[in-house]
Amino acid sequence: MKRRDFLKYTAPAAILPSFINGFAVKAFGGSPLLAALEATATDNDHVLVMIQLNGGNDGLNMVIPLDQYDKYQAARTNIAIPTGNVLKLTGQTKTGLHPAMTGLRDMYDDGHVSIIHSVGYPSPNFSHFRATDIWLSGSDANTVLETGWGGRYLDTEYPGYPDAYPNAEMPDPLAIQIGSIVSPSFVGNGGNMGMAVTSATDFYDLIEGREQDVPNTRAGKELKYIRLIQKQTNRFADAIKAAASKVTNQRTYPANNYLGEQLKIVARLVGGGLKTRLYMVSIGGFDTHASQVNSGDTTTGSHAQLLKNISDAVRTFTEDLRDMKKSQRVVGMTFSEFGRRIKSNGSMGTDHGASAPMIIFGDYVNQQVLGNTPTMPDAASAIDNIPMQYDFRSVYASLLEQWFCVKPADLNTIMLNNYQSLPLINGLACSVVTGVPGVNDDDVLVTNYPNPFTRKTVVSYKSRGGHTMLQVFDTMGRLMATLTDRVHVAGNYTVDFETDLPAGVYYIRLQNGAVQQVRTMLKVR
Amino acid sequence: MDRRDFLTLAPSRKKTAKKVNTSRTFSGLNPYTGEWGRAQVVHLLKRCMFGAAPADVKHFEAMTLDQAVDALLQPNANTPAPPVNNYGADTTGVAAGAPWVLAPEGDEDLNDDRRASYKAWWTGVMLNQERTMHEKLVLFWHNHFATETQTIGDARFMYKHNVMLRNNALGNFKTLAKEVTIDPGMLVYLNGYLNEKTAADENYARELLELFTCGKGPDSLYQEEDVRAAAHVLTGYKVDKVAITSYFDATKHDITNKQFSSWFSNKVITGKTGEMGTTELDDMLGIIFQQHEVAKFICRKFYQFFIYYEIDQNAEENVITPLADIFRTGNYEIKPLLAALLKSEHFYDPLNMSCLIKSPVDFTVGLCREFGVQFAPAANYAQAYPQWRALQNAAATQQQNIGDPPGVSGWDAYYLAPQFHELWINTDTLPKRTSMADRLITTGFSSGGATLQIDPLIFTEQLADPSDPVALINDALSILYRMGISDAMKTYLKTNILLKNQNQDYYWTQAWNAYKAAPGDAMARGLVVSMLKDLYHAIMNMSEYHLA
Repeated sequence: MKRRDFLKYTAPAAILPSFINGFAVKAFGGSPLLAALEATATDNDHVLVMIQLNGGNDGLNMVIPLDQYDKYQAARTNIAIPTGNVLKLTGQTKTGLHPAMTGLRDMYDDGHVSIIHSVGYPSPNFSHFRATDIWLSGSDANTVLETGWGGRYLDTEYPGYPDAYPNAEMPDPLAIQIGSIVSPSFVGNGGNMGMAVTSATDFYDLIEGREQDVPNTRAGKELKYIRLIQKQTNRFADAIKAAASKVTNQRTYPANNYLGEQLKIVARLVGGGLKTRLYMVSIGGFDTHASQVNSGDTTTGSHAQLLKNISDAVRTFTEDLRDMKKSQRVVGMTFSEFGRRIKSNGSMGTDHGASAPMIIFGDYVNQQVLGNTPTMPDAASAIDNIPMQYDFRSVYASLLEQWFCVKPADLNTIMLNNYQSLPLINGLACSVVTGVPGVNDDDVLVTNYPNPFTRKTVVSYKSRGGHTMLQVFDTMGRLMATLTDRVHVAGNYTVDFETDLPAGVYYIRLQNGAVQQVRTMLKVR
Repeated sequence: MDRRDFLTLAPSRKKTAKKVNTSRTFSGLNPYTGEWGRAQVVHLLKRCMFGAAPADVKHFEAMTLDQAVDALLQPNANTPAPPVNNYGADTTGVAAGAPWVLAPEGDEDLNDDRRASYKAWWTGVMLNQERTMHEKLVLFWHNHFATETQTIGDARFMYKHNVMLRNNALGNFKTLAKEVTIDPGMLVYLNGYLNEKTAADENYARELLELFTCGKGPDSLYQEEDVRAAAHVLTGYKVDKVAITSYFDATKHDITNKQFSSWFSNKVITGKTGEMGTTELDDMLGIIFQQHEVAKFICRKFYQFFIYYEIDQNAEENVITPLADIFRTGNYEIKPLLAALLKSEHFYDPLNMSCLIKSPVDFTVGLCREFGVQFAPAANYAQAYPQWRALQNAAATQQQNIGDPPGVSGWDAYYLAPQFHELWINTDTLPKRTSMADRLITTGFSSGGATLQIDPLIFTEQLADPSDPVALINDALSILYRMGISDAMKTYLKTNILLKNQNQDYYWTQAWNAYKAAPGDAMARGLVVSMLKDLYHAIMNMSEYHLA
């Protein structure tokens, strides 16, 4: 289907959104498609919780490159985390975590966390809004999609939505957003498939039948009346109340932690048996242009507090789910619209950047650090960005494949392309064992000669067979060339890279199945 | 005045309010001398026009209260051009794009087509209303002197009836009552054309007393004999399908004397022969309009349509009674009544603000007018009529189908106690309202090769300082809502909706300025449009949006 066609098909859908005590609800009116549903429905009850870090998270201070600590420190003299404070991870010498993230460190050490280095996409956009759209829709940098990646997934799982929903097989909202309006990520062919829970207060108002105060006036009387009707038209209110009421005992979540409040709601709904597949929660404040650390102690400050909030909230959330014996249903993932520059600025902050690490957690998540610590220049300039190692859509595709057990054909429909599969989830989750190719860190898979070069260099690379891609990026993350994008038989290959590009640092990225490698090339006059 | 003040009583009032229901009013018909600002202007416009379009708000803000009300009470400067053939084949030979209102009647199918054309046209007239309350009054009188096109059948009569209401909407109520009585559409609707001396049909006579003039209040004491007498007075009126008019057939008129009850002081209307028979109607209206209850009844209907459905004791004593006196002593001229009401303390009483649930027509037409939704020009009838029709259908599915109220009593919301206006909102209609707003702000309605859609820039560009997100939201709400919302909710709208969860206000300012610097840049424009759409979408999704 053409992307533009989504709009056409969206038009006739009867969208029925409303606010209940400010509790925003989106739902849809209906036609039956149960046959198609049976054909594609997966028989797992897996849930994905997406944690959106609004503002552009400084990934380099969250996941710290211990093996390149000197370059890291030199690029960020005023905000670098002292090497002694960086949290070590079991079995990892090159990568450590921000000292505020003890919770996630413990979860890693327990074997339930994947850290993926340098996730981004070619030619990144530095606007919060456009970059957010790209991450939520799963589009290329230069295309605009009307649907979100989550919505496209739900379309394959629950075709024909919203017609004939809710029903016996799926009595619950397909997706729930907590903390904002329904995420564009949940837009499918039939419109938005998500429902928004505006805030914790509104959520508890709903499940406890509380009503917001209205003035004792004529206007207040009418307002109260309309709100009552809005509540009655929320087709999912009963399902949510029923699920929430089954959970009477939860862990104590960290105080003054908005993300924790949201995850507490998610835990309650998952624990109560809601079949909802996707949850979106968010935490803002990552736009740390200034004073992201305290001047006396760079391990403290606003960014440290944000990371602590994430780590503490995720830890409690996981423990809460484990208490309820529901932790095996859930995988969580953090993402942000972009990372920040390698070099810090003069106001003890960092400006909008490109790639950043993602954190995936859950009982079925493989314990690993995927990729290498970011390739950093010897002397970072203000515009240097972290080159992409993994495309964010590879992460989405891998989660869909390995967690939601989506078939390869559907995967291409949802992601609109064939993305690299990364070994994120234990094969037991979908009852298939994915072979994880062992990559020795010291294997050189791609190299170029001469280096430095003036106009032409020969790139040599090793393919294990299958789809192999060779890309060239500049330091802004822009895709300058794709030298190879094809299926190879296993073997060694060479390709010429001849260019009139200005002198400077370029990155050559090899992607071959689940394996990738990024190396620096230097062009000189 | 801070808008929140509307929601609380002034301290002096609180004292006296202690023992009674706090929502009762205390203000009367004295001229309002308080603040005249954005809140009052928007209140006045939302009640008297369809929505408060930003340009109209600006226009009336430049006036004093007296000037504004006087301007609203001016009749339209232009008479709307009649509806045209937008439906294609016409068996009576009306060309496409030509008016059908004077053509032969044609068959039932043709009249179905014309009915649709008529309703679309009427919606178009409302959408293009002048800066007067004329169109709102046409709707008011349509509800008062309710007729149904399904019964009238002949589309030309429907249109003629509409023109008659519009011609008299701001004129004299007694004249209007007479015109309605002999209007061909009404004669068909309530069987007046079958009312002959041999077998009087009391249908219209009963409604004339019960619904149109005296009402059913406790002080309305007309008797069955009055209904019978009135029916006999009204014998002999017929409709002429060729001339598209009504006429008086003296041979069918009952020339005996008509005796009224003691409530009408036992008046007798002397039966007259020949054309003189028509003067009996004037005699009868003279008798009816001597009843003070007539003026009170009409004033109450105005009150319930323009202020609030509940008329408390204070309002009955200090608003309805003096207003009825003005109406009666002014010989039932409509303008002085409305001028007194719309300039009164009572009208601007904070307790009477934001409490009117928008009727579906007010909701749909008002939404399009406030957001400046672009319809095809009337001359492009092939596109304009389907668009108007789409909007009219939307209002109809929300349970207000213009031309076809549920019955001769008009819409339930204006008379059915105790819920009244709340009847507009139920679990069926509320999602339909929201769904319409959703469609207009997202994909739009496609018809006739054009898409009916909210361009959020049109509304936003008319605000004072759209580059400042705080000012933008305050300003937008000062027009779109009548109720104040909490600071937390405003912050939510700004940060979580408009700014898509970014904490820095300047990201909006940057985006807006980037768009203003290069309006042709599709990316810059697209970003601003998507942010604004989310904002207005959220605003229209909240309960407050249904209150005027």
